[in-house]
Amino acid sequence: MTSSGTSGVQSQSPEEINPEQQIAREEYAEHDMPVHEAVLPVPDPGVEEHLPRLADVDKAAADRVERQVVTMYLLVPVMAVLFVLSYYLIPRGESIDFGPLHSSAKHVALGLTLGIGVLLIGLATQQWARQLMANNEVVEERHPAYSPADANEEALRQLNVGIDESGVPRRKMLIFSALGAVGILAAPALVLLTDLGPVAGPNYRRKTYETTLWKEGIRLVNDITYTPLKPEDLSIGQLVNGVPENLKELSGTEFNNAKAKCPIVVVRMNPADIKIPANRQDWQVSGILAYSKICTHVGCPISLWEQQTHHLLCPCHQSTFDLADSGRVLFGPAARALPQLPIKVNDEGYLVARSGFPVPVGPSFFERDSRHDLGQSQEYR
Amino acid sequence: MRLLSSRRRHPAAKALLLVAALFVIGAVYAAVAPTEQSAAEPNTSQQVTKGKELFSVNCSSCHGLNGEGTSQGPTLVGVGAAAVDFQVSTGRMPLAQPGQQAPIKPGEFTNDEIAALAAYVATLGPGPAIPDSSQYSTDGLSAEEIARGGELFRTNCSACHNFTGQGGALPEGRRAPSLVGVPNKHVYEAMLTGPQQMPVFSDQVLPSQNKREIIAYLNSIHAEPNHGGLELGGLGPVSEGMVGWAIGIGVLIGFAIWITARGARAR
Amino acid sequence: MAKPAKTATEAPQAAEQPDQQLGPVMKFFKGPAKWADDRTGVGGIMSGRIPNIFNLRKVFPDHWSFMLGEIALYSFVVLLLTGVFLTLWFKPSMGEIEYNGSYQLLRGLPMSEAYASTLNISFDVRGGLLIRQIHHWAALLFIASMLTHSMRIFFTGGFRKPREINWVIGATLLFLGMTEGFLGYSIPDDLLSGVGVRIIFGAVLSIPLVGTYLETWFLGGEYPGDILVPRMYMLHILLIPAVILALVAVHLVLIFYHKHTQFPGQGRTEKNVVGYPFFPVYTAKAGGFFFIVFGVIVLMAALIQINPIWVYGPYNPAEVSAGSQPDWYIGYLEGALRLMPNWEWHIGPTTWSWNIFIPAILGFVALPGAIGVYPFLEKWVSGDDLEHHVLDRPRNAPNRTAIGVAGITVYVVLMIGGANDIIATHFHISLNAITLTLRWGIFILPIITFMITKRICIGLQRAAYDRVLHGSESGVIHRSPAGGYSEPHTPITQGEAYTITQHHEYQPLTSGPQTDENGVARRGTAKERARRPFTRWYYGHNVPKPTAAEVEEARHHQGGHEVEGGHDDHAIESGEHSDEQVGAGHSD
Repeated sequence: MTSSGTSGVQSQSPEEINPEQQIAREEYAEHDMPVHEAVLPVPDPGVEEHLPRLADVDKAAADRVERQVVTMYLLVPVMAVLFVLSYYLIPRGESIDFGPLHSSAKHVALGLTLGIGVLLIGLATQQWARQLMANNEVVEERHPAYSPADANEEALRQLNVGIDESGVPRRKMLIFSALGAVGILAAPALVLLTDLGPVAGPNYRRKTYETTLWKEGIRLVNDITYTPLKPEDLSIGQLVNGVPENLKELSGTEFNNAKAKCPIVVVRMNPADIKIPANRQDWQVSGILAYSKICTHVGCPISLWEQQTHHLLCPCHQSTFDLADSGRVLFGPAARALPQLPIKVNDEGYLVARSGFPVPVGPSFFERDSRHDLGQSQEYR
Repeated sequence: MRLLSSRRRHPAAKALLLVAALFVIGAVYAAVAPTEQSAAEPNTSQQVTKGKELFSVNCSSCHGLNGEGTSQGPTLVGVGAAAVDFQVSTGRMPLAQPGQQAPIKPGEFTNDEIAALAAYVATLGPGPAIPDSSQYSTDGLSAEEIARGGELFRTNCSACHNFTGQGGALPEGRRAPSLVGVPNKHVYEAMLTGPQQMPVFSDQVLPSQNKREIIAYLNSIHAEPNHGGLELGGLGPVSEGMVGWAIGIGVLIGFAIWITARGARAR
Repeated sequence: MAKPAKTATEAPQAAEQPDQQLGPVMKFFKGPAKWADDRTGVGGIMSGRIPNIFNLRKVFPDHWSFMLGEIALYSFVVLLLTGVFLTLWFKPSMGEIEYNGSYQLLRGLPMSEAYASTLNISFDVRGGLLIRQIHHWAALLFIASMLTHSMRIFFTGGFRKPREINWVIGATLLFLGMTEGFLGYSIPDDLLSGVGVRIIFGAVLSIPLVGTYLETWFLGGEYPGDILVPRMYMLHILLIPAVILALVAVHLVLIFYHKHTQFPGQGRTEKNVVGYPFFPVYTAKAGGFFFIVFGVIVLMAALIQINPIWVYGPYNPAEVSAGSQPDWYIGYLEGALRLMPNWEWHIGPTTWSWNIFIPAILGFVALPGAIGVYPFLEKWVSGDDLEHHVLDRPRNAPNRTAIGVAGITVYVVLMIGGANDIIATHFHISLNAITLTLRWGIFILPIITFMITKRICIGLQRAAYDRVLHGSESGVIHRSPAGGYSEPHTPITQGEAYTITQHHEYQPLTSGPQTDENGVARRGTAKERARRPFTRWYYGHNVPKPTAAEVEEARHHQGGHEVEGGHDDHAIESGEHSDEQVGAGHSD
């Protein structure tokens, strides 16, 4: 075994510097750890001489530190008492106004007393450790990370003996069948997880991802207030955050699931300013157009509409859509145009859907058939 | 006219109607009997005349001599008195220089002058009138109504103006302004008229009751204390993350340096 | 240099063991078992041969950067303590109720029980808001300190053998910490986090082939469904913390086993560790530091509001706010999503959303993945299979340092991208301009920072060797009788000179037969040919450190040096790259 302490410098053993601090080294660590023996143009002078601190040589200084530490520890119970008092005595609605801090008084009082108290424990302990505990640097020998000499071989040998005694080398089917038996238990475990959720097969997708509440004749109503819309209520530049009227009938989970897909933005623009493809001429009512509010990128609801440029911006990732041009993507990471909801006016003069959305709304999913979307291609122009 | 007819159902209709009626009467008087009127009803006709003068000096270079619009500025026919009151009293108009967005600046006109300008522009075509205080006053709203105002705010406004009305970014360097400290009247007028890029939220679709609720919510959220401490600009996780690094990690590294520092020696 | 050591590695196992004693199973395990034993001593543990490696007087070296991991550990402890408190009141349910608590501005609104109970903790449980804010601040600091800790280890080469396993555990912990944090941010079911959850499921949907199935499977149906919060809650309070706790335990045991690394310095070698004993000094320092971390977090929670969910409102799929951002550690993914161009394939009846899949899914895996894999890449280049316990000074590994800085640059660019709307409004810049600039910046800036960092490192090497040879500038100007001016240099201490020059110098592989001298020829020439350009890239630009002869000569030289005026650094530039540093001449 090569002793690696070849360089004269490195073999300058630390014990010579600080023998009384030396920790008993591991029996097997006899310098057999192979490391880079760097070429040393300057020899190692060894660990720096230990210099005493003020508190080591001056008893008055040490006493002063002791007083500091003890004072800090003694302030902790004070803080704890103040914490308890704040908890019970400060009225809940009370607020404090101190410079930029305009907050709940109870919250701030509880936090300050607890925080200062806990911090004092830390500061006191550090001061104690830094100033009063012995601070001689200790040199500890390292052991190599691998196990002593032939221990690894020994472990493998033991393992081998065990395997041999188990009979596996002669009867291999034992181990294969055992492993197989245990391994197959993964199947029940995984099968049990199946019912976490439904399988998104084609039928399921048709009923969920590809369907919204919209269908022919459903009135466009204001979100939150559910007031129906008439074309004459909307002036040019108007934006309405709308939902289908039948959303009102739902509640709870059904409501949320539906509302994640059906919201729309209804905008009115000067008909002279907008480009309408030939096959969408009857999807609008004199400059009033309705688009899905759910971004085609990852599904944020978008209603950041600029009435002069007609651009709709998603505040999440800044995809920008042109509502005066079939909802095409102008900027940002979204790849598909916003789906447009065909609308008309019913007999009572209210805005209603002409049909459901012609394409699925919201973010892309793998099985989405996007060939009929108005993409960035020129297909509809 | 359709604007007026649909407003009739509204709770604030009476007040609006009264204002509108007064205004129309004044305008008719001014048109029919201009000479007689100056003594008896000093306000209206003088206002319009004064407004026209102010308009031709301050506004006509962009909006045209009769407010018909030019390549520099849009037509003002039909924008109504509310739009003028909003734009001029917030200092957005007159614009110092054409740009992305009209900035808020100290107003150049007295209240009388603004009223005169508004009165003149209102004669150009029918448009929303300046709301009166009963429309934007938040008195008498219940806690539930104010909470609903929050829901309406989050549905209609926060996408541009942020949760607490701190404002937000629009494309190409434009911005939705902060709503902190904006008077109720101006918030109301902005919703009513849709200044610059802001869409219109007309009284027919978002009745003045809803607008009052939204205004009340904004006022409440700005007046309430930040229960948990410093607000960090109301910007959410971006400023929280910066504080976490700068103060949290910064202070703790400072402590770590103190803990491991060699410290003073006796010699 | 490396060669004798190499034989030493092989010595123990080459000693006696004829392979025929081992069965085929053992032959198969021999390689992996050696790999594991080299790093953990597992063989010795199994065969009962490792004596007493854990003791109270174990030595820990003192350096502020060694406390960074402790910040992470302690903020995790704070998270566990406050988390237990929060579970006592939080109701992980998406059941809809009407709010009737004491926060007026949400009175009467429909909301989930999860959100209502979070409001209850914030306004009706005394001290609840404080605990919530401690929990959230601790979470931000937990991940920030993990990242800072990993940067320290990266730049000092602390990940090298035998610590690769601990490095990979650390990368896993970072990944788990980010996931855990995001889940915690999401379960109150407020509008801000709800938008974040919406984005995550938009990202899940983008996974080709299985995305749709994964979404309905995890959500129990369509988005948002009624079981998402309970499931995220389970992951947040049970599964992921348990895994984190287990990994932290292994991480700490390995730190104890390996003993701490140390920075180079006098008396510090690869075979010792110099510092203070665990008991009592480090018990007090580490224990005290826990209270400092805890105290600072509590004070932050007392004075700085975080995640005011009452302002955000309950989640509603049709609502959103300007400036919606995730917590900072997800910011790079948000930025990646914002910067990504809109690439989407429509092939037949399928949609391939690269615009989402690449930044959100691959980006999420890429950060811990890139961190985790780096040690093995560097090891392949260096061909170094020896243990390292003395840390590198970052300048002595210029390529590694530059790669780290370039990586941080990418991360920061993405974070800026994630905050582009806030930056746009506060600095009056166009949103679109920021995005377009950063789309290029993400490729160009890392290259620039890489080159600058590498140059700075090499410059620092040169400056350091200059100090060894010529001492430090004394600041005193002498005028010679002849009228010349000069500044005498004071020699630096032997300790400093040793610190500067103690490191091993890796050499680039050169072509031809002399590669044998590196002791790597047996690895096969194809691999070597592949490695060669990388070793040149890694080590080719290093300034060779002065030889003993040069140091000696400089010392003699220094007496007369001051008369000449100025100083020259030709001594350093003259050395050609060669394996035989000792012989390299110094022409003066």
